[in-house]
Amino acid sequence: MSGWQTLFYKEVLRFWKVGFQTVAAPVVTALLYLLIFGHVLQDHVQVFEGVAYTSFLLPGLIMMSVLQNAFANSSSSLIQSKVMGNLVFVLLTPLSHWAWFVAYVGSSIVRGLAVGLCVWLVTVWFVGFYMIYPLWILVFAVLGAGLLGALGVIAGLWADKFDQMAAFQNFLILPATFLSGVFYSIHSLPPFWQFVSHLNPFFYMIDGFRYGFFGQGDVSPWLSLAVLGAAWVVVGGLALHLLKSGYKLRH
Amino acid sequence: MPSTPAAPAAVSFQQVSKVYRSAGADLQALDQVTFDIAPGEFFGLLGPNGAGKTTLISILAGLAHASSGRVSVLGSDVAADYAQARRKLGVVPQELVFDPFFTVREALRFQSGYFGIRSNEGWIDELLAGLGLADKAGANMRQLSGGMKRRMLVAQALVHRPPVIVLDEPTAGVDVELRQTLWQFIAGLNRQGSTVLLTTHYLEEAEALCGRIAMLKQGRVIALERTSALLKRASAKVLRFKTDQPLPAALAAQARVTGRIVQLPLPDVAALERTLADLRAAGLQPEDIEISQADLEDVFLDLMRDTPTPSAAQPEPTEPLEELA
Repeated sequence: MSGWQTLFYKEVLRFWKVGFQTVAAPVVTALLYLLIFGHVLQDHVQVFEGVAYTSFLLPGLIMMSVLQNAFANSSSSLIQSKVMGNLVFVLLTPLSHWAWFVAYVGSSIVRGLAVGLCVWLVTVWFVGFYMIYPLWILVFAVLGAGLLGALGVIAGLWADKFDQMAAFQNFLILPATFLSGVFYSIHSLPPFWQFVSHLNPFFYMIDGFRYGFFGQGDVSPWLSLAVLGAAWVVVGGLALHLLKSGYKLRH
Repeated sequence: MPSTPAAPAAVSFQQVSKVYRSAGADLQALDQVTFDIAPGEFFGLLGPNGAGKTTLISILAGLAHASSGRVSVLGSDVAADYAQARRKLGVVPQELVFDPFFTVREALRFQSGYFGIRSNEGWIDELLAGLGLADKAGANMRQLSGGMKRRMLVAQALVHRPPVIVLDEPTAGVDVELRQTLWQFIAGLNRQGSTVLLTTHYLEEAEALCGRIAMLKQGRVIALERTSALLKRASAKVLRFKTDQPLPAALAAQARVTGRIVQLPLPDVAALERTLADLRAAGLQPEDIEISQADLEDVFLDLMRDTPTPSAAQPEPTEPLEELA
């Protein structure tokens, strides 16, 4: 294996060794959301014509799990090894900022997709099988997980302690994912909140992902892809820049 | 490697300065540090806490950026050509750090992989055996004792067979037996041609191991000599004895006290008579009196005491010129 492949493999093995916490737990959480919200709202809400609420809910829940876990992977790995001090073993190597970026973002994508796939496999039996455009599903899952992985790199580099990381996660990532149309179509919102939702990049990721399942969404998947691409350029560029300059790593 | 007439230094520090900027006041951690270490040397970097040893090593290892100056490893600049420089360098960090997710062997395989080494099992086995870790290869890093973790740091620094080895206080908190194992191993690598740069607080170690020594004080090199030449600086003998009683103030000021062992400088024979008379007058009953040669610690203490503090209240305008000369 070359240098970046080793770091990528190490990062995958890191979350895999604690798979109960990093894969099984988020699957159970998503399952609980589905059971409770699905049960309560099943007869009251219909978003798309001919699609039951639980079925509508599932893609949003899957994508939410994908995004949150992709973020958790790179951010918690970096903050842990910064606090423990063992990041020095990677800092002493000839690995370039590209190698770091590919390894940390790549392993975040793997964890995001692993969690998403497990949620889907567990729930598809009682929610029903929808998959109209599998390629859109894959594109949004991979790019979305990558974006959050890169955001996790930024947060992991920036945070000096676990408390700051928790703030980033609870005050930024969590509200952005919850308020992005996971549980509802934004067309059901008042105009002001519809407008606000349109400013949230997470909305486009979830809407585009859901489009792959049902062939319908709040906006065109091409618009969602364009927004996701633009977010990628900004977040990916910033993460690469921070890694290259050694921000909070090399003093 | 064929030796050319102008073979590069194993490690070269050229006018290296480091300023830590902070809101309160800037801290000058290193001030125009300049020296070279030749290939194959066993070199000691000494100085009290806060002298800048770790900062200097961090810049060498790419863990910190110099504010100005150049550092290179066997001709590779640590900033411009960092990948080549880091391939040539093996660094044993001072802090006892480890990755709690992996076993000893996994950690060494990963470390090899970061350097692009595909199959390294033979060398990994050799390292584990040489450092007395062979029976711990499958153990999780968390299960190792402090001394084992320390040896593991050495193994991790050596997986890519670096020609230049840097040890930042490798024996801090390590028991005597382990220290012997460690030094045998490192001295063996040095005999085979590796360059070793060592920082340590144990001056007897530096005296025994290092052919040449640089001493740092508040970010500046205040001595750079062969160890034997440094020892000759302390041409005088010392008077050593043991006592449980407090020394008279005049003697206490110049004494080096380690527990109940007291050591006093003896510039000449008259000083011996004077000192013994002072002790008698103070009612002290010294045990195990001996006269011996001053060691590196005496030289170190003299240097640290005598050299003016660079950041003293009154700045001296001639200092930078002296440094450049």
